[in-house]
Amino acid sequence: MPKITYIDHAGKERTIEVPVGLTVMEGAVKNNVPGIDADCGGACACATCHVYVDERFMDKVGKAEGMETSMLDFAEDVAPNSRLSCQIRVTPELDGLVVRTPKSQH
Amino acid sequence: MKRPRLIIVGAGQAAAQLIASLRADGFEGPVTLVGEEAYPPYQRPPLSKAFLKGEIGLDRVILKADSFYEEAGVELRLGRRAVAIDRDRRMLRLDSGERLGFDRLVLATGSRVRRLSCPGHDLSNIFYLRGIDDVEAIRPHLVAGARLAVIGAGYIGLEVAAVARGLGLEVTVLEAAPRVMMRVTAPQMSSFFEAVHREAGVRIACGTMVEAIEGAGRAEAVRLADGRRVEADVIIVGIGIVPAGVALAEAAGLACDNGIAVDALTRTSDPRILAIGDCTSHPSLLYGHRVRLESVQNAIGQAKTAAAHLLGRDQPYDEVPWFWSDQYALKLQIAGLNAGYDRVVLRGDPATRAFAAFYLSGGVLIAVDAVNRPPDYMLGRKAIGERARPDPERLADPDIPLKDILS
Ligand SMILES: Cc1cc2nc3c(=O)[nH]c(=O)nc-3n(C[C@H](O)[C@H](O)[C@H](O)COP(=O)(O)OP(=O)(O)OC[C@H]3O[C@@H](n4cnc5c(N)ncnc54)[C@H](O)[C@@H]3O)c2cc1C
Ligand code: FES
Repeated sequence: MPKITYIDHAGKERTIEVPVGLTVMEGAVKNNVPGIDADCGGACACATCHVYVDERFMDKVGKAEGMETSMLDFAEDVAPNSRLSCQIRVTPELDGLVVRTPKSQH
Repeated sequence: MKRPRLIIVGAGQAAAQLIASLRADGFEGPVTLVGEEAYPPYQRPPLSKAFLKGEIGLDRVILKADSFYEEAGVELRLGRRAVAIDRDRRMLRLDSGERLGFDRLVLATGSRVRRLSCPGHDLSNIFYLRGIDDVEAIRPHLVAGARLAVIGAGYIGLEVAAVARGLGLEVTVLEAAPRVMMRVTAPQMSSFFEAVHREAGVRIACGTMVEAIEGAGRAEAVRLADGRRVEADVIIVGIGIVPAGVALAEAAGLACDNGIAVDALTRTSDPRILAIGDCTSHPSLLYGHRVRLESVQNAIGQAKTAAAHLLGRDQPYDEVPWFWSDQYALKLQIAGLNAGYDRVVLRGDPATRAFAAFYLSGGVLIAVDAVNRPPDYMLGRKAIGERARPDPERLADPDIPLKDILS
């Protein structure tokens, strides 16, 4: 199972094995990793699952598109490596992925 | 001081959030979660969307990993129904006869579906949609070519119609009100969605009551008050919901008013007992009257409020309500409650399938419905909370950035 490391605002790291097919958001929420609220449960309707993707993985993860881009605009402190984690599907290639969560999701 | 024993009744969206927030913020007492369904808390929105379609499985509908409850030290009592609350003795009785003692109790019992009562309502092949088991029962009937009659053109009825069309069924939607989604949206929005569904091949009949379901043993047709008869292989009913747990609360002497009545801290009339989510009505600070909401946002928001209260950090619940609905490739996002609006301003052209309706009451923005326009929804939601008074003429001009109008 791909391992994903979530690093919160204070620098605390948690590494979780996330089954292929789930999203990066679901890996966090199901295992109570703080820092991702995901109020809409992955419907791309809330923008409370904002993460910063580690630069080394940007190519594999890809950029936000369509609806995600317009929702992402309303997250706080958006950077070029920002994504909504409910729109990132976990694949075997994402093993080792590191994402950082922002200070606040609102 | 002894650590308070907490029992949560109802293992749904609100309960899952309550547990997550309590443990994240340092609640240490023992927690027992009593849920009538066989499943640990799961999310319902996909039940009429991706899960119904078969695009996602149970693993993505269930909210938390099993290990989550173990690690959180939560005792799960699934498949068990709470039947009585003894407030004097602080005991909860389950349908098994078992009694559980509590110091604090949280009712998170959700809603149950409103059922048909017309002749023929008890025939087979008539389904409702509230839980995973309902979807499992419906699924074998969702085969290409089958004739589906959907009774009720609210969000759920229309989402089901969209999914069923996608799966190749022949779909007829029957609605008693003169237009679809009448309870929640403006006429312009209703006509837009009616047109979208018709274009997709759905037949829609509004303004006509269901008089009876006909058939021998299994449902074969819906008879309408205007004499029409709609033949169907399967019928799915979405005619609204009623708060659950009200009888349980009333029998215990808790005040109820269109749901279990709570205050802005989610306390019932007995401050040791809280209630959260669909089953409650609460005083809306924004709208100035009591409301009962049926949404994920409200379940999560009240759960967070209840967690803070149980931890002694009171924070009155005061969020702008929000909701969404996915039909075909359209995302409808709703912020606020439009009841009592006196003016609707459309922004953008419905023909482009990306537009929004802004609802004003006495000049104040009270609600927004946005179709494929996330910025209108997000900025609108914020402006509703700020009780903004946008200029309607400028609002209607999509060339003026919304940021400039709403600030
Ligand atoms: C098909 C469908 C689609 C939806 N789509 C959306 C959407 O797109 N967006 C949105 O915001 N909302 C949507 N909703 C609404 C949303 O799912 C609810 O508002 C939300 O689930 C409410 O959470 P809750 O915890 O209050 O109740 P629930 O999640 O309903 O949980 C309550 C639980 O309590 C249990 N229970 C009741 N009484 C007892 C008892 N006496 N003892 C033990 N257990 C009991 C019930 O069986 C249930 O499992 C949808 C709902 C449905 C059914
Ligand atoms: S969970 Fe709501 S947008 Fe990602």
